[in-house]
Amino acid sequence: MAGFPIRGGVHPEERKLTSDITIMRVPTPGRLILPLKQHIGAPAKPCRVPGEIVYKGALVARGQGNVSAHIHAPCSGYVEDIIDWPAPHPSGLPTKAMVVINDGREIREDVSVPVNPFYLRPEVIAERVAQSGVVGLGGATFPAAVKLTLGQSHRTPVLIINGCECEPYLTCDDRLMQERTQDVMGGISILAQALNGPETIIAIEENKPEAIRLMHKAAEKFGNIRVMPVPTRYPMGSEKQLIEFITGRQVPAGKLSADIGVMLHNIATAYAVNRAVREGKPLTTRIVTVAGEAIVRPGNYEIPLGMLISDLLEFCGLKEDPARIVMGGPMMGQAIPHAGIPVTKGCNGVLAMSAAEVARRVEHPCIRCGTCVDACPMGLSPLTMARLLMRDKLDAAVDIGLKDCILCGSCSFACPSGIPLAHYFNYGKGELVSRAQQKQKDDEIKRLILGRQVRMERQEKEREEAMARRKAEIAARKAAQAAAEQADKPMEVA
Amino acid sequence: MIIPPSSPHIAGPNSVQTVMLMVLLALLPGTMSGIYQFGWPALFLFLITSASAVAFEATCLKIAGKPVSFFCMDLSALVTGWLLAMTLPPWAPWWIGVLGSFCAIVIGKHVFGGLGQNLFNPAMLARTILLVSFPLEMTTWIAPRPFGTPQSLDVSAGWSITANGIPNLDAVSSASVLGHVRTEIGMGHQLPDILVSMYDPVASAVGSISGSLGETSAVLFLLGGLFLMAKKIISWHIPVALLGSVAVLAAIFHLIDPLRYGDPLFHLLSGGLMLGAFFIATDPVTSPVSSMGKIVFGAGCGLLLFIIRNWGGYPEGMAFAVLLMNAATPLIDHYIKPRIYGHEGSAIGRYFRQLKRG
Repeated sequence: MAGFPIRGGVHPEERKLTSDITIMRVPTPGRLILPLKQHIGAPAKPCRVPGEIVYKGALVARGQGNVSAHIHAPCSGYVEDIIDWPAPHPSGLPTKAMVVINDGREIREDVSVPVNPFYLRPEVIAERVAQSGVVGLGGATFPAAVKLTLGQSHRTPVLIINGCECEPYLTCDDRLMQERTQDVMGGISILAQALNGPETIIAIEENKPEAIRLMHKAAEKFGNIRVMPVPTRYPMGSEKQLIEFITGRQVPAGKLSADIGVMLHNIATAYAVNRAVREGKPLTTRIVTVAGEAIVRPGNYEIPLGMLISDLLEFCGLKEDPARIVMGGPMMGQAIPHAGIPVTKGCNGVLAMSAAEVARRVEHPCIRCGTCVDACPMGLSPLTMARLLMRDKLDAAVDIGLKDCILCGSCSFACPSGIPLAHYFNYGKGELVSRAQQKQKDDEIKRLILGRQVRMERQEKEREEAMARRKAEIAARKAAQAAAEQADKPMEVA
Repeated sequence: MIIPPSSPHIAGPNSVQTVMLMVLLALLPGTMSGIYQFGWPALFLFLITSASAVAFEATCLKIAGKPVSFFCMDLSALVTGWLLAMTLPPWAPWWIGVLGSFCAIVIGKHVFGGLGQNLFNPAMLARTILLVSFPLEMTTWIAPRPFGTPQSLDVSAGWSITANGIPNLDAVSSASVLGHVRTEIGMGHQLPDILVSMYDPVASAVGSISGSLGETSAVLFLLGGLFLMAKKIISWHIPVALLGSVAVLAAIFHLIDPLRYGDPLFHLLSGGLMLGAFFIATDPVTSPVSSMGKIVFGAGCGLLLFIIRNWGGYPEGMAFAVLLMNAATPLIDHYIKPRIYGHEGSAIGRYFRQLKRG
C-alpha cells in the first residue's frame, strides 16, 4: 500500500553509522541515580526508605495519579538516599532522585510466573504493563498502560507500530528489530491483543532494509500484522505525520489519535511490553545509541536506567572533550549542561558531538525565502510566528498556530539564515505553560477571595440574625415580663 | 552556568551566502553572453554598477553601525547590483550605473532597514527611478557588436563611451524589438509586417538582438533559472505561474487578433521576461512565502506584464509588474497560508480536498 503524502519535512544527513553494531550490555555501575520523574505526568512516590535493601527489579517508587509510572531498581543493593539531582533537561535544575548502590550480586526480586499473554484479558495486559513501569520509549515517555486503557475505552481499529526512527544517528530501534525480532514481534502481538485485535501496521523507514526484511518475515505468521516501508523523511516518525501517511487522516487539532481510532506505539515500547507481560520483568534497562564524533566506541548499548552519562561516556571512551552532549537525536534531543545526568526511560540516544559536527551558525537576518514554510510538516508559517514571538506577541503567535507546532526543528534545520526558529517556539510554549499555571494560581486566589467574601457575608448575616433573634428574645422576654407585671398588678389591686 | 543551546543540533546545507552564490553562478552565462554581444562598454558598466552597489552597501552598514564585512560577505548587495546592471542599456554612461546602485541599495534596501526588510525589489525600484528620470539614457539601445567582429570597439573607445556617453548616437542606436513593435503599431502598421524585418526567434533566444544585457539571451537565462530550480534555491511556482500566464494570455489574444498581438513564443522570448521570471520575481524578500501565494504572485506579475506590454505606456513592463506585485505581497501573505495540520482550513480548501478524495 502506498502511503498518503505528508506535508513538508526535511532530509538531514542520516549518519546512522551504528546500524551494524550489535547491542552490547553495559555493566551496571556501583551507583545509580533514579529520577522519580522519568515520564509524562506526576512524579513517582518513593516506597523505600534510605538504607532499605532492594533486589533487582524491585518496585522502589510508585506512580501516583492518573498519569504516572512505577520505577524499579535496576540492580540489587540498597537505597542510599533520596536527593536533589540535576534533571535530564537543558536547565539542569534539580529534581528528586533516588540513589541506589549496586552490590553487584544481581539478586532478583521474585518475578511473577511467565504467562501466555493470549490467555489474558485486555485489561489484565494493561495492568501488567502498568506494574512494569513501561512508558513510551520513543522519547514521549507517556505511560504505556494509560495509553492502552485509553485505546480500550475508545474503538481502536488501527494500531501503528512506529519503527521509523527518523532522527539521524539513532539506530537503537533498528538494532532491536534486527537482533530481537521475535521479542519485538511478541510485544506487538500483545499490544494488538490488548486492543482487541486491531489492524496492525509496522512502519519502518526505507533506510532500514534488513529490519524491514526480518520484521516482514516474522509478521507473516500473523494475519492482521503487516510491515509497511515508509519514505526516509524527517519527521516521518512523528505521531501525527505517521498517522496521516498511513491512514490519510489527520488528527484534529486538540484531539488525541485515539479519537480517530488510531493508537501508536514505539518499537522499543513493544519490546518492553513483551518482557513485562510475558516474563513479568519490569523496565530497568533500555537500548541507547551512543554516537557522535567525540566517541571512541560508538554503538548500541543496553544500559541500566539511572547510569550517569559520565559513566557511560567513560565506558565508550572519549576522543576529545565533546563540544555538546545531546540526550536523544540531533533534531529534537536536548543538549545537557554536563555529563552528570542519568540515563532515563525516554533517552534513546547519547551523542557526544565534536565542534566540527555541531551546527554553529552565525545568525543572518531573515530573507523571507519561505524555506521554513515549505519545511514545516504542520503547515505553519515559522518565520511569522518567530517574528511575533521576538516582539513578545504571544497571543498573536497562538492565533497563527503556535499550539500546533510539534517542535520538530525542521524549520531551524532548513533556514539558510541560521535563525533558531524552533527555539523561539519552545520559548513561546514555555510561556504558555507558565501563563496557564499563573492563571490557575490567579483563579485559585480569586476563588479563595470570593469564598472568603461569601463566608464573611454569611457570618455577618448570621451575626445580624443572631442579634435580631436576641433582640427579639429580649423584647419578648421584656414583653412577657411586662405582661407578667401587668398580670401581677391587677392582683395587687385586687 | 552556560545555558545549553536548543535543538536541532545539526543544520541544513544552505546559508544566505551559498544561496546568493548560486544565483550569481546561474546569472553568469547569460551575463557573459550579453557582455560578448555589446563589448567593452557593457563590461565597464557592469563592473561599475556591481562595484558601486557593494560600496553603497558597505557605507550604509558603516553608518548604521552594523558589522560591515559580515554583511557584505552575504553577497546580497552584489546580486542586487548585478541584476540592476542586467536591466540597463549596455552603453549607458557610468553615472547611470552609480546612481542606479545608489537608488537600489540606499533607497531600495537600507532605508527600509537592510537585508530582508525591503518591500520592493531594490534592482527594479532603481531601474524604475532611472527610467522615469532619464528616459533618453535609459532607452538608448544599440545593435550588438560582438567582440572580434569589425564593428566592435577597442578598450579605449569603449571606456570613452562609458565615461563620456555615446558621441554619435544616431549611427549606432537601434530600437529593441518590443519598443519597435510598440512604435509601429502606434503608427497603424500590422504586426506581421513589422516583425518580418525585425524579429527572429532564434536571434531572440540566443541574444544577438539589441536590448539590455538581461534582455538578450532568453535561453541562457532560462537555463540559469532551471539550474536554480534543480538546486532548490528557487521553487517552480513563481516562474511557471509567470511564464504560464503570459503564454496563455498571449495565445488567447493572438487567436483573437493575430494582426495586433504577438504569439506566445514572441512574448516569451522578448524583453526581460526570462530574467524577470527566474531571477527578479523570485527575489525571496519581496515575494510571498507560501507556495500558493507564489503562484498568485507569479500569475499577477504575468498579467500586469501583458497589460503593460500591450496597452500600457512603456514597451516593456517587467519592472512595473514586479513592483506592483511586491506591494501586494504582504496582502497575499496575510490571506494565503498553508492549511494547518488538523484544522479545517478555508471553505475553498475543504471543497478541493473533497474533490481529491472523490
